[in-house]
Amino acid sequence: MAVDVLIAEDEPSILRSLDFILRRAGWSIEAVTDGDAALSAVRRSMPKVLVLDVMLPKRSGFDVLKQIRADDALRQLPVLILTAKGQAQDRRTAEELGADRFVTKPYANAEVVGAVRELMGLAPAVE
Amino acid sequence: MLTPDVVIAVAIGYVGLLFLIAYVSDRQARNHKAAFLRSPFIYTLAISVYCTSWTFYGAVGSAARNGLEYLAIYLGPTLVFIGWWFVLRRLVRISHKQRITSIADLLSARFGKSSRLAVLITVIAVIGIAPYIALQLKAVTSSLQAIAGVGEFPGRTLRGIDEVGLALAVAAGMALFTILFGTRNVDAKEQHHGVVAAIAFEAIVKLAALLAIGIFVIYAGGGLEAIFSRAEAAGIDIYSTGNFDDRWVAMNVLSAAAILCLPRQFQITVVENSNENHLRTAGWAFPAYLLLMSLFTLPIALFGLTSMPAGANPDMFVLTLPLSAGQEGLALFSFIGGFSSATSMIIVESIALSIMVSNHIVMPIVLRVTQGHGVASARGVSRLLLNSRRFSIALILLLGFLYFYLTRDSDALAPIGLISFCGVAQFLPAIIAALFWREASLKAATSAVAVGFVVWAWSSFMPSFQSSSPLVAQIMAEGPWGFTWLRPEALFGVEDIDPLVNVVFWSLLLNTATLVVVSLFTSQSALERVQAALFADLFRRPGTGAPAVIRGSATVEDLYFVAERVLGSPRAKALFEGVAGAPPPQFIDRLERELAGSIGAASAHVMLSKVVSGDAVSLEEVFEMAGETRQVIEYSQELERTSAELRSTAQKLEEANTQLRAIDTEKDEFLSQVSHEVRTPMTSIRSFSEILLEEQRLTADERQRFVKTIHQESLRLTKLLDDILGMSALDHGEHGWDNTPIEAERSIDRAIEVCSALARQRRMQLTVGSRAPSAVISGEPDRLCQVLINLVSNAIKYNDAAEPMVEVRSRTGRGRYLIEVADNGPGIPKAERKLIFEKFARGQSGGVTAPAGAGLGLAISRQLIERMNGKLELLPATGQGACFRITLPLL
Repeated sequence: MAVDVLIAEDEPSILRSLDFILRRAGWSIEAVTDGDAALSAVRRSMPKVLVLDVMLPKRSGFDVLKQIRADDALRQLPVLILTAKGQAQDRRTAEELGADRFVTKPYANAEVVGAVRELMGLAPAVE
Repeated sequence: MLTPDVVIAVAIGYVGLLFLIAYVSDRQARNHKAAFLRSPFIYTLAISVYCTSWTFYGAVGSAARNGLEYLAIYLGPTLVFIGWWFVLRRLVRISHKQRITSIADLLSARFGKSSRLAVLITVIAVIGIAPYIALQLKAVTSSLQAIAGVGEFPGRTLRGIDEVGLALAVAAGMALFTILFGTRNVDAKEQHHGVVAAIAFEAIVKLAALLAIGIFVIYAGGGLEAIFSRAEAAGIDIYSTGNFDDRWVAMNVLSAAAILCLPRQFQITVVENSNENHLRTAGWAFPAYLLLMSLFTLPIALFGLTSMPAGANPDMFVLTLPLSAGQEGLALFSFIGGFSSATSMIIVESIALSIMVSNHIVMPIVLRVTQGHGVASARGVSRLLLNSRRFSIALILLLGFLYFYLTRDSDALAPIGLISFCGVAQFLPAIIAALFWREASLKAATSAVAVGFVVWAWSSFMPSFQSSSPLVAQIMAEGPWGFTWLRPEALFGVEDIDPLVNVVFWSLLLNTATLVVVSLFTSQSALERVQAALFADLFRRPGTGAPAVIRGSATVEDLYFVAERVLGSPRAKALFEGVAGAPPPQFIDRLERELAGSIGAASAHVMLSKVVSGDAVSLEEVFEMAGETRQVIEYSQELERTSAELRSTAQKLEEANTQLRAIDTEKDEFLSQVSHEVRTPMTSIRSFSEILLEEQRLTADERQRFVKTIHQESLRLTKLLDDILGMSALDHGEHGWDNTPIEAERSIDRAIEVCSALARQRRMQLTVGSRAPSAVISGEPDRLCQVLINLVSNAIKYNDAAEPMVEVRSRTGRGRYLIEVADNGPGIPKAERKLIFEKFARGQSGGVTAPAGAGLGLAISRQLIERMNGKLELLPATGQGACFRITLPLL
């Protein structure tokens, strides 16, 4: 049961907003609230795009990204990193680990939707 | 009736009394009792040992012969004590510092610890004092003859004993007396509290006796005015100023010099001085004593001259006047007074001289002859010291007797005293130079004293034998081998000069000139320079590493000074501790190794072998070498010190920097955390407001939900900002905090009320455990409530147990009030237990993450409770949930 976008975000209100805007954009959504769940959901659901928060319980977003890039089956998965810290160091870390997009909170909805759309373009677009 | 037996018995009884006083005082002093023994008045009375039988008997004789001339004998010392107190103070201080035991020791110490100079001074002192001892013998003999004389009491015990025999008996008695007195103690300490006490007692006796005679004379003569009206009949012009001539000036100079240079005066004023401040009292009290002593001299002389038969010896007026008036008791008292004067002088003088003789002549000879054998033990040394002192005392009295015997035909007492004064006055230039003139050298001091001594011996000492020696009489008249300009009493062709002025002028002039000229043309040895500096810098640098005078072998001194220069004073002192006499080879070996550590083995060896073998190369060279080495060492030590200081400064800077960096990092983390905490609600707010603005197809329900979320997140943001500001205020100790007595249970009730809604919402049990019935604490009720809400809501929020439970309980005990908030949730991982009270501790370890907004709560709660003088802690894990405890002091 494949989904378009997997959202890994622990902050309920932010998760709700992401869920809303990405659904509205026409994608199917699965949401998890910690790092371990994110990794298993990626393997299980094979999403087209992963929206990944950095500050996740149990396993940080960066760690999840590292595991994905180390896994041959998942290596190609487009990943959008979301962070509330927004420091240059975080952006560098994300790039080094192989993140495709980097979006700082608070974000403009269009920024996230646009970024996911671009990433979808890397994968075959549905819409 | 005053029979000779009675008089002698009284004298012996008096001596017994003196013994008792000395014995008791010694014991008291040893037990540190009887503080009066150390009083400045005892000290001053002891100084009056200056007034001998010469003063007691001879002053009256002098007044009868030469009018007011006798005043000079009192004026000189008075001028010294009042005007030259700074000389005395310096003398006392330096002698204490250097542990000086006599004049010979003083001069020797100052001039490079020269043993030759010490011997010279000792010899001169012994010879110079012999006439003075003779004077006392003569006075005691004459007074015995006068009071129980052979002539007037034929058939008594004294018959058949002539003057010489009597004097010999007196000398022997005095020697025995002094030996018993001054060398009783086995310890060789130079302070004699018992003797000083006895001398002070004698001072009172002789003053009282003289005053009694004076009052008797005034009474017998019909008042002071009546007595002075006899002046013309007595042939004394009391208003004449003719007496105040060059001879009078010379006498003043001599008596002033004597008060400093006489061995007994030095002994009492300097060696026996226990407190420098005593000089202040002596400064006025001693002149006052002299004034009293001289008060009745002239009246007694006038009365004696006019009431006694012609040809009566004026020196004995103080005895013969009461005798002729039938006042036998008074005469006996007067005899005891004169006896006191003589005994005190002989005791102190021969103790002082014996210390010099034994320290500077006998001991060195004995040590050289025995090579130190037999004196290895302290007892051996002290026995040797005592024996040599006893021998010295006997020798000194014997010399005094010999002088008496050879000059027995001369009548007057005063001239004999002046001979001695002039002899010891030869020390004065050297003493003054020792104290004040840094450039004065050993050669200069030695030759100056020697020159002065020769002039004195030629012009003053020798002439006193002219009555017993025809050869002396011939030299006196014609000069030696016909050199008339060398006639003793008319030196260098100066005729018509008073003999006393002649000797005082020439001896002191040549003495001083030699001292100055030789000092200017000779250089000091290194040791002399060291000692001169110690003496000269006495007041400038009090007590800076002045080494104690090392007695005995000169070799130890030399070694010490080399060691001191190379190793520095403290190490050298430690090294030389307990080393005395000739240093053993092992010690030199050890010293060489010590020196080698500082200046290298070769230099150390060269240096030591030069010192030890007495190489022709002068010590000075060695000292200079050592001095240079010392400078280099000091310089390198200075460098080391500086670089050590730099190192420590650098380290401090580094520490400060690390601290700053830590603070900086902390600040960065704080800002980063705050940024994260703020961005999270901001993200929701922005996102949902954009949805509301941009999405047209929203249901009313969706709209309502999104607006509600925005509202909630705004509140969260507000709370977060409040927390940050509140913490900042706490950090900076904001005012407006009022701890008042509060009923703490009410705060718990309110907190439970607020939190129960949240608990209901989460479908969990908020239970209230056992409660303290009532507890009054000091605090802020709202803040306490706030902390409790924080704790309880955290416990509710983080509790993921199947049947979540939170319990609040309180109790009192041991003056404390305890509130506990316990839950059955996941508990706090061990790694985080310490961190949770830090700001923004949430999620640091990547483990359990608390829900939003908890980051500041515990840090602030802890600070709030601390403001109420309590503490907030997390109890140790029990395996089930977590338990926070607040402890507050009960009022």
